[in-house]
Amino acid sequence: MSLVEGAPAPINPEVQAAAAKALDQLNEHTLKTVHWHFSDDTGSPFWLEKKAELNFDPLTDVKSFDDLKKFPHFEDEWLRGGPINRWVPKGHAGKPVYVFETGGTTGIPKSRMVIEDHWKDYELFSDTLPDEHFPKGSNWLMLGPSGPRRLRLAVEHLAQHRGGICFCIDLDPRWVVKLIKKGWMDHLEEYKKHCIDQAITILTAGHDVKCMFATPKLLESLNEGLEEKGTSLAEVGIKGIFSGGTEFTPQWTRFAVEEMLGGSPDEGGVFMTPTYGNTLMGLACSKPITAADGYKISYYAPQPRAVTEVVQFDDYNAKVGYGETGRVKLYTLTDEFFVPGFMERDEGEREQPFDTYPWDGVSGVRPFHELASATTVGVY
Amino acid sequence: MITLNPLRWGKQYESLEFNDVVHFDTGEPIARIGTVGGGIVGRDLRVAHKAREALLEVPTNELLQMCRKAAELFEKETLTVGDSQQTVDDFIHQQSASTGLPEHMCQSNMAKNSFVLSNMEQILDCLTRGLDLSILSKGYGEEGRGVTVSYQAQTPILGAILPNNSPGVHTLWLPAIPMQIGLALKPGSQEPWTPYRMVSAFIEAGVPSAAFGLYPGGHDAGGAIMAKTARSMIFGSAQTIAQHAGNPKVQPHGPGFSKILLGDDIVDDWEMFLDVMVESVLSNSGRSCINCSGIWASRHTREIAAAIAERIGPVDVRPPSDPEAQLAAFTVPAMATGTYAMVQQDLAESGVTDMTAEYGEKLIERDHCAYLRPMVVHADSPDRGVAAKEYMFPFVSVVECPQDQMLSRIGTSLIGTVITSDEKFIQAASRCVDIDRLNIGPLPTNRLNWLQPHEGNIIEFLFANRAYQIAPMPATANV
Repeated sequence: MSLVEGAPAPINPEVQAAAAKALDQLNEHTLKTVHWHFSDDTGSPFWLEKKAELNFDPLTDVKSFDDLKKFPHFEDEWLRGGPINRWVPKGHAGKPVYVFETGGTTGIPKSRMVIEDHWKDYELFSDTLPDEHFPKGSNWLMLGPSGPRRLRLAVEHLAQHRGGICFCIDLDPRWVVKLIKKGWMDHLEEYKKHCIDQAITILTAGHDVKCMFATPKLLESLNEGLEEKGTSLAEVGIKGIFSGGTEFTPQWTRFAVEEMLGGSPDEGGVFMTPTYGNTLMGLACSKPITAADGYKISYYAPQPRAVTEVVQFDDYNAKVGYGETGRVKLYTLTDEFFVPGFMERDEGEREQPFDTYPWDGVSGVRPFHELASATTVGVY
Repeated sequence: MITLNPLRWGKQYESLEFNDVVHFDTGEPIARIGTVGGGIVGRDLRVAHKAREALLEVPTNELLQMCRKAAELFEKETLTVGDSQQTVDDFIHQQSASTGLPEHMCQSNMAKNSFVLSNMEQILDCLTRGLDLSILSKGYGEEGRGVTVSYQAQTPILGAILPNNSPGVHTLWLPAIPMQIGLALKPGSQEPWTPYRMVSAFIEAGVPSAAFGLYPGGHDAGGAIMAKTARSMIFGSAQTIAQHAGNPKVQPHGPGFSKILLGDDIVDDWEMFLDVMVESVLSNSGRSCINCSGIWASRHTREIAAAIAERIGPVDVRPPSDPEAQLAAFTVPAMATGTYAMVQQDLAESGVTDMTAEYGEKLIERDHCAYLRPMVVHADSPDRGVAAKEYMFPFVSVVECPQDQMLSRIGTSLIGTVITSDEKFIQAASRCVDIDRLNIGPLPTNRLNWLQPHEGNIIEFLFANRAYQIAPMPATANV
């Protein structure tokens, strides 16, 4: 798939200065994080054990973010199976621990332990939301996966952090994937309808819900369900939506803004912002999206807690040039979890820093082409 | 490079996302297709009734004239397709380049589609058994026996998830337009050419553009068409067929498992029918559901298999522009290697013999594509697994089976050519529910008479025959 391309503009001096400052902070944060995870008193059993296998000493040889490239790539297989406790840093011993899972349609899911990271991520994200469209004190609807995933707890915390109460609708993505694989499309439609019916019930029950999270597909279905009842997202009181995932493409955004939401926030009354997140990284925010910019979506990781790079397909330690395409590489640098370079299952284009987020971003996020082409095809 | 945009009830939509269509042999992009997601499709389908309303404005006899005109435009003229002017030669080159079909096969598929369109009046006459088309248009009418008959359209539009590999199947959705049913089509990602050119020809011929939706995209777009139209057709594998079996909203089209049965009365003279068998297996590179995948006889099966092998075994890869080219490329090489692996499994079974073994390598791999050269296998019993197989290249199993067991053992067969003069066998074949289209006598399976009911009669799919009574209204005081 090709996307609309634009030539990168030069970075202005102010942004360059801010980027240099951000890099200093990142280097300092990296040092602190590495010391926490590899010190005998505070590190996790997993990393302390792994330290013995390394051909360098993280405590002395990592002096900057760039030195993280000395680590071997983080293998997602390390997250499959237990014991989960091996990931809990000794420095956090005794604290209540959550476990969040990804995958798991077949086989053992990947598990990540969390203490408070999901709250912190969403508190930081909250600061990026415009109060005008996400009014403080208003209630929220969470229309997406819950179960062992972090999304429900995270969105609920976001609502509470902003002074509201969150209503939740559950969606089990593992069952959805199984329905698709079985070709039970009628069941899939019914399951979706089942979720949407619950959402409409809440939105029309006088709970003063003004903000919501929904996946792009569920948002489409919710909007359609409301329109079939002769109303709309704006009419039931929704003012702000955040949505996320690789389905959130420029084309989808254009459709959502121009057709589903009745135009820009000024015209249709509903503001929508994309996010890109996962259990390892937290939540990346989007550069404001405009029709003039072809609805281009650029994500920026919550640096220094997490970093994304766009790296060459044949050298995962070398970044591509601005505007160029590469695979997304992820680093997680919190005191709860340490990921020194994980190859995401996505690719995209490297984006320049800008004043709000003076570090690299990634746009056009889509499944990594080599993995996408390995998808099984039928004989006919 | 040509750009094809989605068409939303006649209006071009400039997508922000594109899929590249590439040349099967060089990998070079030859077209970019703007795609849409399921949200756009779903939104459009909510006003699908407008497509039928636009068509109902045009009397059916005028639509039939437009079909004739469209047939001519499609087959002979330069048309606006996407952002380009497309000549007939452009169309053939483009279709061949993306599907891997030799150009002369693209030409003959084009002629087939054009034939159906230009003979639409007769085809509808046959499909409806002579019904006055105004009855479909109005919903009821007088059939001629003093009885009111009624046919109720079950949907304002026909949805179709179109295939990548077989341009000939587009004949199946063409009758919707003169029956005043709109179209929501998801073109195949490698064969967008026929639906785009056909819709262009229809519009150029005067059919209201509001009748057409073209929605290139992923599974999401196809899924929305399937979920949100009351009647849709889909082309796919046996697995796809199974998924939709028994669903009255969906007409699935897949592998045909078409067969030739040789009666005991003529089988000693099998050589007389060799041309029929070879054409049935080899035409269109064996890619169609109407290609023969099984030849059944009670004796001489080894000799029959050897004779067919001698004719088609030497067929080799030739350039697509070569008028003698008989083989289409697999544009996804993994499909060829995967198919060949399955054939190897078939051949491992005792009682199964590769009769084309001596004609060289079968799997020909290139940088961006692969070919499978023709194969003929002999099965000494219908119990062999290969007797029920069909593959997307010239492949046939010649199966030894007593005549009195054939009809109960052949399994589902889109086309059944039964070559015999044995009246009892003919009668039994006529009653056999496993055969859809039945040919009695030496008719190649690939030669369809379009003036017969098609695979899945589209009239029965789109319209419901129902009771309709009318009593004269008494005069009232208000009149």
